[in-house]
Amino acid sequence: MSKDKRYVIPGDIITTGPYRPEQNVILDGNKMIATCIGLSDITDGAVRVIPLTGRYIPKGDDLVVGKVISHSAMSWEVDINSCYLGILPASDVFGRDFSSHANDLTEKLSNGDLIAARIVNFDRTRDPLITISGRELGKIDSGELIKISTTKVPRLIGKRGSMIQMIEEATNANITIGQNGIIIASCENPDGLSKAIRAINMIEEDSHRINLTDMVKKMLESSD
Amino acid sequence: MIKLGGRDTDVVLLDENGKRSDGRTVNETRKVTIKAGVLKNANGSAYIEFGENKILAGIYGPRDVHPKHLSNPDTGILRCRYHMSPFSVGDRKNPAPSRREIEISKVIKEALEPAVILDQFPRTVVDIFLEILQADGGTRCAALAAASVALADAGIPMRDMVSACAAGKVADTVILDVNNEEDQAGQADMPMGYMPNLKKITLLQLDGVLTPEEYKKCVEVGIDGCNQVYEIQKKALEEKYFSKGDQ
Repeated sequence: MSKDKRYVIPGDIITTGPYRPEQNVILDGNKMIATCIGLSDITDGAVRVIPLTGRYIPKGDDLVVGKVISHSAMSWEVDINSCYLGILPASDVFGRDFSSHANDLTEKLSNGDLIAARIVNFDRTRDPLITISGRELGKIDSGELIKISTTKVPRLIGKRGSMIQMIEEATNANITIGQNGIIIASCENPDGLSKAIRAINMIEEDSHRINLTDMVKKMLESSD
Repeated sequence: MIKLGGRDTDVVLLDENGKRSDGRTVNETRKVTIKAGVLKNANGSAYIEFGENKILAGIYGPRDVHPKHLSNPDTGILRCRYHMSPFSVGDRKNPAPSRREIEISKVIKEALEPAVILDQFPRTVVDIFLEILQADGGTRCAALAAASVALADAGIPMRDMVSACAAGKVADTVILDVNNEEDQAGQADMPMGYMPNLKKITLLQLDGVLTPEEYKKCVEVGIDGCNQVYEIQKKALEEKYFSKGDQ
């Protein structure tokens, strides 16, 4: 492992000197201190820690998979596997001429429905606003639900989507990955589906290995 | 000489060879083992064995605050529940929260508050559940050490880990890591919580009487004990997260 990449736990001093603290790093005097368990990384004068554990924190423009848990007159509340509920405004689904008298929210989405959504806006003062208008967004009717740790989602996607593309090509499955760690996989061929699920579980399990891509490739190519 | 604190007992707390009732030397801790991530349903967890103490720590959160009026729009809050199981002590303990448990919950919460960074999660709560399965003196320190590992396991941002160990005085000698016998019959018990990298004390209680010199010595010895516990906490986290072969 290079000198810049190191395993850290909270309180570890990553480095001292004129650096910029970024993700999961705080500055104390001239010491850069890690605030979570992870891998420290120093690039271009910025220090950050890639976390190995933790819950999903909503971020603008993230694709998430969530479950509708309740609704009010104007919006749905969606469980997005985070510490905050996603708010899906009714006007997003019904269009601009939405009227709380004329339209019944349960017509379109009822409690328990799964949706693929995008985070429109999130700041600390309000719950994250989500939307389901867009390509590949909306209600999910079928597929297999897989839950993985949020911190492993980038590994599953791979560099520029290489990992997930490889799985999709090898199994012909259609996989929707929510940044919140919820994944929907569907495939016409049941063998392909089970293989895709096995590949995803394998990535979750062995995400720390360098030769993960090769391992997954081998597994996908094997006949059973 | 005036006897300061301590009850009459026939247990020899410190013999002529400098050995304590359980065979330890004056500045030796009991055997400590910690395991991180032992509970599946909690967001973070840890199990600690601190001598004969056995404690489970579970963390939930950050999550929605109920009741809602407790939530803070500026920052997340910390809640802590220290609870002794009915079978944790010799006579059955009433499982209802006692005065003592409420106090310990409060001091553990306050010992962790300087370490956790919750302003990234406004309107949420981080719940800490500490279950004492077996008690043998010094449970608050052991519970605090376990809670800190469990918080790190849950991925709650922290400025530093919090380690904990007690110092005390028996037979007019300052000792490290007071056990149940020494707590009952000794002259002083001083539990400490300490952030080892920031070198800051987050918990300090004292039951008994110490001279200013003894007090200084106790703090020194206690910090030394905390550093020893810190190494074990570190090992527990490394074992869970970094031991799986290559990166």
